[in-house]
Amino acid sequence: MTPFSKDADARAAFLAGALRCAPVALGVLAYGLVFGALAEQAGLSFGETAFMSAIVFSGSAQFVALGLWALPPPVLTLALATLLVNFRFFLMAATMARVLKGWPRLAVLAALPWVTDENWAITMAEGERRHWGAFFLGTGALLYVTWPAASLLGHTLGTIVADPKRWGFDFAFTAVFATLAVGLARKHRVPLVWIASAAGAFLADRLLAGSVLGGSAPVLVGGLAGALVAAAARPGDAS
Amino acid sequence: MRPEVLLAFLAMAGVSYGIRVAGFLLASRMHEHPRLRAALDQLPAAILIALVVPLVARGGPAEWLAAALVAALAWFVDFLLVPLAAGVIAVVLLRGVL
Repeated sequence: MTPFSKDADARAAFLAGALRCAPVALGVLAYGLVFGALAEQAGLSFGETAFMSAIVFSGSAQFVALGLWALPPPVLTLALATLLVNFRFFLMAATMARVLKGWPRLAVLAALPWVTDENWAITMAEGERRHWGAFFLGTGALLYVTWPAASLLGHTLGTIVADPKRWGFDFAFTAVFATLAVGLARKHRVPLVWIASAAGAFLADRLLAGSVLGGSAPVLVGGLAGALVAAAARPGDAS
Repeated sequence: MRPEVLLAFLAMAGVSYGIRVAGFLLASRMHEHPRLRAALDQLPAAILIALVVPLVARGGPAEWLAAALVAALAWFVDFLLVPLAAGVIAVVLLRGVL
């Protein structure tokens, strides 16, 4: 049951997670290239770019940080911006208790940095399964290799690669999230939850886009609106 | 590596990590209540929808049509790569036309 289990089933689940995440890794690769090119323009060294992608491991916060970049770096501003941009991870991590059920505390603490939009979404869309936690680790491991590697490649290649729109790659994440959302929606038919979530996210995006919460606002408002409707409906009663 | 740059990245990483640990701990402390359980059960779908809606809404007709195609394909095909590839190709073509 633990991530360090010698169980062959756990290893198979780990590989299945990495494999299921492969199409998404292509999108992450494209964005990592762009991030690396922009980091180079912002004056970050090769080593600093690698260190940032490996330790922060969050595309949205890293792009925002480049927008705020100065020397010496405004540490408090960067920390605050990260808090606001990444606050959606609070909700995502809240759903991880089921995935990492039965894991020792240290293993949980070691796994949590790998909760990011894309591989969290793949893990949730997979649904409850044997060695769900190992599956999650597989999705995270693949992205944890892809993101820093792509950042470094982008840093080296520079601005040649800085236009993902040309190849439609900017639409890749939309397509991935839409596919996974439809997959989950097919499993649990709870239209009231979908409506509440979509309406909340849409309104938050329109009204709060320029607010301090920035990119996290739609996910927080929409996610909480959907969860509230689910709680208000009779528990166990699907809508 | 410049020490002040290192410090900035460590701060960002620490904040990102703290958010996740806080969310996880809060949820694992209080999952007994059936209503909270229902909320947590539906939270993944709600978050996913909330991720995708602004992405689509910020686009134009090309993105809307491509997203509709992706959603329709995703309902019938279980393999992520099919709607993903179809969506990316469709959006490139539609942007050229619309």
